[in-house]
Amino acid sequence: MAERTAPRTLGTGPGRALIAVYGIFALSASARAAVQIGSKFSEAPLAYLLSAFAAVVYIVATVALAKGGEIWRRVALVSCSIELAGVVAVGLLTLFDAAAFPDDTVWTDFGRGYGYVPLVLPVIGLLWLRYAGRNRVAA
Amino acid sequence: MTVNGTLSGIVITLSLLVGVWALVAALRDRAPGRGHLIGLVVVEVALIVLLVAAAFAAAGGDRPASAVTFLGYVVTIVCLPPLGYVLARLEPTRWGSVIVLVVCLTIPVLVLRLHQTWQVVTSG
Repeated sequence: MAERTAPRTLGTGPGRALIAVYGIFALSASARAAVQIGSKFSEAPLAYLLSAFAAVVYIVATVALAKGGEIWRRVALVSCSIELAGVVAVGLLTLFDAAAFPDDTVWTDFGRGYGYVPLVLPVIGLLWLRYAGRNRVAA
Repeated sequence: MTVNGTLSGIVITLSLLVGVWALVAALRDRAPGRGHLIGLVVVEVALIVLLVAAAFAAAGGDRPASAVTFLGYVVTIVCLPPLGYVLARLEPTRWGSVIVLVVCLTIPVLVLRLHQTWQVVTSG
């Protein structure tokens, strides 16, 4: 029974609003990575590969939230965690070693270029996954 | 660039109006109504007019600093209203209104960025 209720809770209500925000980030991060890699990859390969990686993480998180179910809930959990680790790690790196990332990525300076949403989003995502997971158990 | 400036202003204003309207609905615990969805369509139409005008300007030799960057923003922006429309229709609760709000707050930011990619050229 719990398996059946999980898809309902994860991608509906606040979850659907979360999907919208993740969708927007998946879209803009992909566009940014495509532009960077397509037009000037040799300038800052590490930063641009990171952009592409971030885009993939956002896409996976969006899909996982939309799909729901136990397996996808775990996938979402992993991608939100990677995202949080990524934004903190890259944020710290850009703070202390700006030379490592000569060009901006979504996660540069803790996502400052994106209104710090990249920093807040995984936290909200993880909280929501926890809440939805609790609902699932209660059901 | 006055044409694009005016058009950008119109798109941003329309988007913010629909956004505020959606915020009111969300605060009142209402699902997005037909009007909100029509608002998203209007914003999309205004966006397309803006982009067509930009394409004409580019054809006339007034090009953005980086055509690829410009195109990247264009692709992202035109996808936003449809994304909001589909998700808002799937979510007939106050959270559907939140979705409309999020999309309508994102569009002005992206239009401003889009505008900046162009101004680099016109000002220098």
